[in-house]
Amino acid sequence: MQTQSEPKQSTVDNGVNVGALLAAREALASAPEAAQFTWRATCDWVNGTHCTSRVKSFAGLGGEQNHRTEFTFEADHPEIFASEDHGATPVELVMVGLASCLTAGIASVAQNRGIQLHSVKATLEGDMDIYGILGIDSDVRNGFSGIRVSFDIDADASREDIEALVAQSQKRSAVYDIITNPGNVTVTVR
Amino acid sequence: MTGLSLRRIGPASPRRVDVVVVGGGQAGLATSVMLRELGIDHVVFERGEIGQRWRHERWRSLRLLTPNWMCRLPNQEYDGADRDDFMTKDEAADFLCRYAHRQQVEVASGTEVTEVVPERDGFLVVANEQVWRCRAVVDASGAFGRAKLPPLAAEFPAGLHQLAAADYRVPDQLPDGGVLVVGASATGLQIAEELLTSGRRVTLAVGEHVRMPRSYRGRDVYWWLNRSGVLHETIEDVDDIERARRVPSPQLIGRHGCNMDLNRLQDLGAEIVGRVVAVRGRTIQFSGGLANHLKSADLKMHRMLDRFDQTPADGLDLAPPDRPQASRSPTAPRLELSLDSGEFSSVFWATGYRPDHRWLRLPAFDRKGRLTHDAGVVRAVPGLYTLGHTFLRSRKSSFLYGVDEDVRHIAAHLRRYLDGAFRERVAAMD
Repeated sequence: MQTQSEPKQSTVDNGVNVGALLAAREALASAPEAAQFTWRATCDWVNGTHCTSRVKSFAGLGGEQNHRTEFTFEADHPEIFASEDHGATPVELVMVGLASCLTAGIASVAQNRGIQLHSVKATLEGDMDIYGILGIDSDVRNGFSGIRVSFDIDADASREDIEALVAQSQKRSAVYDIITNPGNVTVTVR
Repeated sequence: MTGLSLRRIGPASPRRVDVVVVGGGQAGLATSVMLRELGIDHVVFERGEIGQRWRHERWRSLRLLTPNWMCRLPNQEYDGADRDDFMTKDEAADFLCRYAHRQQVEVASGTEVTEVVPERDGFLVVANEQVWRCRAVVDASGAFGRAKLPPLAAEFPAGLHQLAAADYRVPDQLPDGGVLVVGASATGLQIAEELLTSGRRVTLAVGEHVRMPRSYRGRDVYWWLNRSGVLHETIEDVDDIERARRVPSPQLIGRHGCNMDLNRLQDLGAEIVGRVVAVRGRTIQFSGGLANHLKSADLKMHRMLDRFDQTPADGLDLAPPDRPQASRSPTAPRLELSLDSGEFSSVFWATGYRPDHRWLRLPAFDRKGRLTHDAGVVRAVPGLYTLGHTFLRSRKSSFLYGVDEDVRHIAAHLRRYLDGAFRERVAAMD
């Protein structure tokens, strides 16, 4: 989505409607208010460390919007944490968010650059010293000490072009930005 | 284990003494007084002069955070006229000198201990290239020997002037331009105020901190901490002693009627930001968790003031509760500061101090390089003691006010240790 030109090869189909995205980009350039989005989620505690999160509505393009359906996500912790393991851990969901964002970006950029994808698989690992979350050592951070993402991509393109795709997807990824740069978080009690 | 200086000096006839006390500050002087009362042969080595850190190694405007009535040491209560004033740093050093003089404590000034190594039945101590053989060592070198900088400090861009609180004296030491002050405990806030008053732009990076008003209901906060029992809480009273020892120094200044808090600094023009989390090239990044740190500190402060309100105060004339206002925060705290923006030219590290134990070459340290001890008794090395640390035995341990009790405990243990009959049990656990 870096270039305003039309897709180079109309035969390439990654299932991404680049034309619509480019049109939206052009329209939004003159309507900055419509570009202001607010994403929402709710999370209900179930029991123990098990929670169910839901996403349905969001705001953008100057009005209220809805997903086609409500999506739910279970989160919990594994049994070695004395939990019942009803879902992924929250930190795994963060990795899921990062992988999904980068992969979606790769598909979009590939479409725009006229690169046909056959398969894309991201494999992620996040390292964590749980001395942080257990409060054993205040010098150890709670979060990941590092995240590694590795892509296996089969596409009609040179290795160099594929690496450029991956680089561009990081440059325009919301989740990559959220994880790599600080952001203000305000937590209140109603 | 044998260090360079020992090898250089060689084994030539060491001098003998039962106990070597390292440090001629409040803890060392008090230890000497108590050891003498117990008839224990000892020497006190001080690398500089009595009260060296107060007189020569702190910023010029510093005053004690505690009022004069809390300036007491074994066999000496405060006997001056201004019980509620706060000593300047030089007055604090004078106080220690007067104490040493009155109690006739002999201190070997200008005698730097460079090495302590184990030896059969005791220790070898190298001081001013002279070797001493002793049975026990009391580390009274203090908790604030050198600056504690976060590992991130090493990543700060070259060309940025960096100064740690331990090396700061007056604002003129810093180059022209804005200052990023890192750390929002007593030191960070006091220096930030001084820099603002000197006309500098100040950005203050705020992490976990302890908010405390100077006075409450007409009484100094230390009057309340004393009366409510907080100061007297011991290591048995807290769930997690490691955590209690990590609590940063409260946001205070030794000045009547002054609440040295983040609201005051913002009124003076400081910009507050979250704690430093990363350095990216020439850009410093701050946590987006400032709101939580402010909220947590306010909650803890109110919990403490609630406790003050519950303290029996029969017959005392107390003013009505006067709670400080909630901590204010910018609506969207800044997350980055770039060296290229011209907004700052130096970084001031007010991230605390740690003991300087480099001379102590003994297997008594934990994986983070901290001297391990149990209420001042170093179990891993029988015959080694330490004191003057935050929450050594109680919340008042690091204050002049708390030295007396700690020193009596340690001196008594030391007496039993030297008496020998007790020795084997000590090695296990007493």
